[in-house]
Amino acid sequence: MKNVNIKINGMDFEVPSNYTVLEACKKANIDIPTLCYLKEINETGACRMCVVEVEGARSLQASCVLKVREGMNVKTNTKRVINSRTTTLELLLANHNKDCLKCNRNGKCELQDLSERFHIRDIYFDSFEKRTPHYDDSSVSIVRDQSKCILCGRCVSACQKVAGMGILTYINRGFEAVVGTGFNYKLEEAGCIYCGQCINVCPVGALKEKSHIDQVWDAINNPNVHVVVQTAPAVRASIGEEFGLEMGTRATGKMVAAIKRLGVDKVFDTNFAADLTIMEEGYELLDRIQNNGVLPMLTSCSPGWIRLIEQYYPEFIHNLSSCKSPHQMFGAIIKSYYAEKANIDPKDIFVVSVMPCSAKKSEMNRDEMEVNGLRDVDAVLTTREISNIIREAGIRFNELEDEEFDNPLGEYSGAGVIFGATGGVMEAALRTVADILENKDLDDFEYNNVRGIEGIKEASIELGGKTVNIAVAHGGENAKKLMDMIKSGEKEYHFVEIMGCSGGCVNGGGQPYVKASIRNSGVDIRLARAKALYEEDEIKQVRKSHQNKQIQLLYKEFLEKPNSHKSHELLHTHYKKQEIFPIS
Amino acid sequence: MAKLVMNDELFAELKTFIDDNKSQTLGLMPVLHKAQDIFGCIPLEVQKFISKEMHVTVAEIYGVVTFYSRFSTEPVGDHLIGVCLGTACYVKGSQKILDELIKELGIKQEETTEDGKFTLTATRCVGACGLAPVMMIDDDVYGRLSPKQISDILSKYKN
Repeated sequence: MKNVNIKINGMDFEVPSNYTVLEACKKANIDIPTLCYLKEINETGACRMCVVEVEGARSLQASCVLKVREGMNVKTNTKRVINSRTTTLELLLANHNKDCLKCNRNGKCELQDLSERFHIRDIYFDSFEKRTPHYDDSSVSIVRDQSKCILCGRCVSACQKVAGMGILTYINRGFEAVVGTGFNYKLEEAGCIYCGQCINVCPVGALKEKSHIDQVWDAINNPNVHVVVQTAPAVRASIGEEFGLEMGTRATGKMVAAIKRLGVDKVFDTNFAADLTIMEEGYELLDRIQNNGVLPMLTSCSPGWIRLIEQYYPEFIHNLSSCKSPHQMFGAIIKSYYAEKANIDPKDIFVVSVMPCSAKKSEMNRDEMEVNGLRDVDAVLTTREISNIIREAGIRFNELEDEEFDNPLGEYSGAGVIFGATGGVMEAALRTVADILENKDLDDFEYNNVRGIEGIKEASIELGGKTVNIAVAHGGENAKKLMDMIKSGEKEYHFVEIMGCSGGCVNGGGQPYVKASIRNSGVDIRLARAKALYEEDEIKQVRKSHQNKQIQLLYKEFLEKPNSHKSHELLHTHYKKQEIFPIS
Repeated sequence: MAKLVMNDELFAELKTFIDDNKSQTLGLMPVLHKAQDIFGCIPLEVQKFISKEMHVTVAEIYGVVTFYSRFSTEPVGDHLIGVCLGTACYVKGSQKILDELIKELGIKQEETTEDGKFTLTATRCVGACGLAPVMMIDDDVYGRLSPKQISDILSKYKN
């Protein structure tokens, strides 16, 4: 790349010619404020926070979309620039619902940060009409509050480009403009898959998950209720960020220690159920391959993906594995096998799933997710919510010594851990299926061709003398691309893994907020967090699901064998077509 | 309410338009103009149809439809009344004309009367500033208006 010479505030710099002025300033250690800008996702120059003075230009320029030019002379701190940014901010604040003390983003709000940075003490335009709280909390998963929205468009772009769904849009124009769905339909019916990528990128409190925190505290405080918490693999890879640890820090032991201190009765690992899923799903795949079942078989762990296929590819619901997702399976096992073993009435058990996911909140509410009138799972907390609870309880997360999960359902294999990253479910399944077909303990079980963040990954693998074609996709856009290829007959596979979020669960809609300034610095959140999972896999003694001793015991004592009658009763489910924009 | 007619024939007409123009990169705008002409509005059924044919999400289509005042999602009445709220008409009191129409028709701005006769909209400059304040009913221009005249003018269109 050719370099160009530019002047920033009178000093000379040499930067690559494909840089924007914003990036060049960063190189010069000047942090230009931004609000709407998300690198490669939302580059519209709309919010005007990042304006700078450029010699020769009549008006101030949006530095996020302005490319550097040879000899450019940029000023970032003139009175004109500062005045403009402050005025922009005051205008945004003028009809923003400023109930910061009651806002879920209090202390984590990018608008609040900017107000502090520009020491806003009085809002000149504050006589404008305020927006009153306008909630759409009809969805069981995502809550929207229009009065907080600053129309930056980050959610609209993330829904389109990160999630690949495009269900959010700007509606109307001028003062009437709002972000919403087509015909203002509720998210439930507007084609939303509840992946929550919109929540992750919102700079303010306009989007959030539906909170289950109160229900969890109530259960903990009820002496008659036995509270069991399970934590998903991807949570350990990100929860450290909530407590100031570096992205990608594996905080499994601290997380367990912190949750135990909340006064819950047991802390188990959803990874155990991930291993259980592999047993059920692995044998289901073998059965389909050997007995001419419906192929390709599609994984069913990601509730975002389930919503996608039910709404957009209903003709393929028989291709979905009938396995419930791991945490739902675990809920069912806790209220049957564990209840029996621990001699507790299952009606008194309250199962809390700690998940990186906003869609899990919708999944736990599905009619099918119960056995004999007992709901599998009673509450889903996102990584953000459990962190809030830990802070509320005053637990000093970083000071805690590592602790182990409880038994008897706390053991897990390395295969279970990697479920949290794209390709992980596929790899875990292959580790088990290969051993079964070859009838030995294979040493070569790392499948590197399904790892990483390439949109669609394909491989052909020799298993027991048979070639098995597999594919892995993540995020709505890749999922749709892959499904279209399968639909048209262009591609034929035996087994396909799809996760609703780009990068898999590590980048789920319930994961810690990552400020735009960090997102824009070039870190890949998906890779950084996935690294923590693959590290944990490597240090595990047992790295294949079928070798998990407690799983073997569970089958011996309770389930008999994979896909048994009992398994089907507890661990399997069915799906149904969901209509988008139904017309009444 | 004005009546909305949607039948297979009209959908086929829209499909032909989309298909005929597929060779060139067909933007959404011409299709929406065509749909507005065919159906008189672009309701959800039509947006779903366009979404499927053009691989554009309903949300995106709805965003465009609500952005431009040329498009509507509900059927327009037999007579379209446009009151100019451009600068010249506004300072000459066109808001009072609009208020009188609201009172007289019993509907709000951008609504259609129960009987489907009238749709009331506010428009930007219609280019007849010399006659301010101005309103248009279909293609007829009424200038130098006072609120008192409204009732008489409307009665001409009632039968």
